[in-house]
Amino acid sequence: MTMIEVKNLKKSFGQLEVLKDISVDIKESEVVCVIGASGSGKSTFLRCLNRLEDITGGRVSIDGDDITEKKADINKIRQEVGMVFQQFNLFPHKTVMENIILAPMKARGTSKEAAVKKAQELLAKVGLNDKADSYPNSLSGGQKQRVAIARALAMNPKIMLFDEPTSALDPEMVGDVLEVMKQLADEGMTMVVVTHEMGFAREVSDRVLFIDEGLIVEENEPNELFSNPRHERTQSFLSKIL
Amino acid sequence: MEVIIDALPYLWEGIQVTAYVFVIAIILGFIIGLIMALFRLSPLWILNWIAKVFIDAIRGTPILVQLFFFYFGLNSFDFISLDRTTAGIITVAINAGAYFAEIIRAGIQSMDKGQTEAARSLGLTGTQNMRYIILPQAFRRMLPTFTNQAIISLKDTSLLSVIGIADLTQQGQVVIAATFKAFEIWLVVGVMYFIMIYLLSLLSSYLERRFELR
Ligand SMILES: Nc1ncnc2c1ncn2[C@@H]1O[C@H](COP(=O)(O)OP(=O)(O)OP(=O)(O)O)[C@@H](O)[C@H]1O
Ligand SMILES: [Mg+2]
Repeated sequence: MTMIEVKNLKKSFGQLEVLKDISVDIKESEVVCVIGASGSGKSTFLRCLNRLEDITGGRVSIDGDDITEKKADINKIRQEVGMVFQQFNLFPHKTVMENIILAPMKARGTSKEAAVKKAQELLAKVGLNDKADSYPNSLSGGQKQRVAIARALAMNPKIMLFDEPTSALDPEMVGDVLEVMKQLADEGMTMVVVTHEMGFAREVSDRVLFIDEGLIVEENEPNELFSNPRHERTQSFLSKIL
Repeated sequence: MEVIIDALPYLWEGIQVTAYVFVIAIILGFIIGLIMALFRLSPLWILNWIAKVFIDAIRGTPILVQLFFFYFGLNSFDFISLDRTTAGIITVAINAGAYFAEIIRAGIQSMDKGQTEAARSLGLTGTQNMRYIILPQAFRRMLPTFTNQAIISLKDTSLLSVIGIADLTQQGQVVIAATFKAFEIWLVVGVMYFIMIYLLSLLSSYLERRFELR
């Protein structure tokens, strides 16, 4: 079943055409990694999937709902699409627990008891049950990112988007976060991950998209793409980072 | 010394009027400021335009002229009758409101965009984002600037003596008219304003500690 359908997606910032013509279908439970050089449009692509960026042309459907339509209930659709940011973006004035239960209570109307119970489960899952009453600024980067993942999961999303979730972390923190993401993938979450972690892409993803200058230049299952890149631009990109 | 002690009951009445006018005006001013700031940031051009005209008009004219406008100007219509205190409160409230609006707008705009993106990506509406994420954080940051404006507004209330409101300044004049002790009385009045402003800044530093940015 197709979870995300992207057809001829175009995105410009004024004169700057960032996404030129992107089409891709992502199936339920599929894990797709997006790689590409800085400025190639990876984040912009991801942000078009939950309309954090207004889409210039083409169509994006999430679980059958066209999110580009004017009358689409974007808040409702976003509840189904969790997003994890490079800079965590936790709410600094709220405790870890409050960060997690806010959206379930306010957007979904979940009762406080149910939201807290769910949050405790999620904190246990990401290995942070003892941090419920801490404030974000007292946490390490790796802990912050795991809270951010728990916060997104608290909405029971159908899809999780990750924008370089480990790029702002100290090297020794990266493993904990990738471990949580791997577990999520194993549980069957549909995931789109912008990453520079080629090990993760190789081990966890079903498919890798290489984006360059606003186009998907090459896509393949990870082993094939990494060991046998067909396109010359993929080859030159991989030779620089591997 | 005796002059001063005799004057105290009169001055105390003035302090009460000053405090009353100030508290009501500053609360109203804050509400006006919040609404105008949200208008100013609204995508609807008409709201935007209303806020811009309001803010520019108030900031671009002297408060004394505004006071005369609200008291003498508006009262020149048969169907309007504002008493002095109401006109005075409106003037200070609207004046503070225009400055609050700019403070709040700047505070909201200085927030990290990532906060809004995180909130919206969770499915929170724009209004929920403002209410639970942006405003609580922005207000904490703005407290020192709010205090500044509150102090200015407290001083501005002394202008209301011009239309005969019996505030601290007016009461000082009344006492001087009867005693001719201008030096002593204005000194005491000054000290009293100073104490009120000092209390205000104590309150502000208490609030800053209470709602410390984490
Ligand atoms: N809001 C914006 N306004 C104008 N230009 C933007 C905006 N956001 C992104 N861009 C531009 O779009 C291009 C693609 O940006 P994007 O963030 O999608 O790249 P990226 O592939 O995620 O890069 P990185 O690996 O550095 O994160 C860049 O040239 C960037 O400057
Ligand atoms: Mg990026």
